[in-house]
Amino acid sequence: MYGNDFAPPEDGPGGGLLGEVEAAEAALREAAARARRGGPDPDEDLEAYFADVIDADQKIEPRDWMPEAYRKGLIRQIAQHAHSEIIGMQPEGNWISRAPSLKRKAILLAKVQDEAGHGLYLYAAAETLGVSRDELVELLLDGRQKYSSIFNYPTLTWADVGAIGWLVDGAAIVNQVPLCRCSYGPYARAMIRVCKEESFHQRQGYEILHTLAHGTPEQKAMAQDAVNRWWYPSLAMFGPPDGDSTHSSQSMAWKIKRFSNDELRQRFVDMCVQQAEILGLTIPDPDLRWNDDRQSYDYTQPDYDELMRVIKGDGPCNRERMAHRRRAHSDGAWVREAAAAYAAKQSNKEKVAA
Amino acid sequence: MSKESSPLWEVFVRARRGLSHTHVGSLHAPDAELALRNARDLYTRRQEGVSIWVVPASAITASSPDEKDAFFDPAADKVYRHPTFYEVPDGVAHL
Repeated sequence: MYGNDFAPPEDGPGGGLLGEVEAAEAALREAAARARRGGPDPDEDLEAYFADVIDADQKIEPRDWMPEAYRKGLIRQIAQHAHSEIIGMQPEGNWISRAPSLKRKAILLAKVQDEAGHGLYLYAAAETLGVSRDELVELLLDGRQKYSSIFNYPTLTWADVGAIGWLVDGAAIVNQVPLCRCSYGPYARAMIRVCKEESFHQRQGYEILHTLAHGTPEQKAMAQDAVNRWWYPSLAMFGPPDGDSTHSSQSMAWKIKRFSNDELRQRFVDMCVQQAEILGLTIPDPDLRWNDDRQSYDYTQPDYDELMRVIKGDGPCNRERMAHRRRAHSDGAWVREAAAAYAAKQSNKEKVAA
Repeated sequence: MSKESSPLWEVFVRARRGLSHTHVGSLHAPDAELALRNARDLYTRRQEGVSIWVVPASAITASSPDEKDAFFDPAADKVYRHPTFYEVPDGVAHL
């Protein structure tokens, strides 16, 4: 309803990425069409069969045999991703009642509802690997599974909502578009859905910043301040540098991950520079400059010690986010209990009638 | 806090009139009516469907990929089921 009130600059932010999502979806259909066979031969080594499917760029499906480490790694990654969507509702939810117009409120509400939806698509994908929803929720509430460190930063002004959409959702899309080609079918399909919806999120953030940056000097300063605070945490979203990344090489071999942390971070920086120019805002990196040899921008790395501190629980909002999630879960218990009691009563009635 | 979670439902959506229902994912809900409403909110926020089915996941019986060969073999040796099996003499029309 509110989608077309803003014409993004040529090739608008995320436009090229949306094309990649569609290409991934086409590749998925194509891979299914050239299906070689449905399952392993009776005397075939299951591990060899699994490797064969991965090599052929085909999808592994829930009931297929898979190495235990593949299953465990995927559960960890998909769950962490789902938790991030759920916790990610908080920084923006904080602004729904204070967004500057009814239109902005309605858009933000729809966006936060999407985040809940993304969390649920991903929980559903994780459940196909044999873990239950209750277990996953418990792992999050007990702090045994993590969520993206970016959501442990506060949203201080309305411009932060714009910066989250442009930078945080932008970084998430760059990270997630290659996951549309992940070797695990349910995850790849969930990511295609998520990425298509994320591009609305990124554009709505960009539009907020564009409006502020072309408003009064105070509004422009507010937009610049938000970009200053969100730039480095957004770069850190791609994870530690390649040399220090613990899960990367096996993930690449299994085609869960397609590009390294540093490759994706570079792609994100290269995209943002031109987008920042059109906003008329400055990326807070004095050493950001075009490198003709590499055909990419040189940039300052984020503070990875800070990233580790935030992951370990010492970010500005870690405790607040978890306390809020636990409270929301326990405050909702009576609703779940009432619905279950009603369902039990209805099914008893049906039994009596039958 | 209730320990017992809601049952799992598989969701099928008909995208447009003329297409069949397609599996889109799953969700948890205490009963069929709530499953249907949750499915609407979760899987059709952008007019992706004109009709939804929800089916308790526990009610689905699936074939197993392990026995795939034995299970689907009977179809493999009946090439004569396909029209391409037959040789058509030159010049025959409407066949």
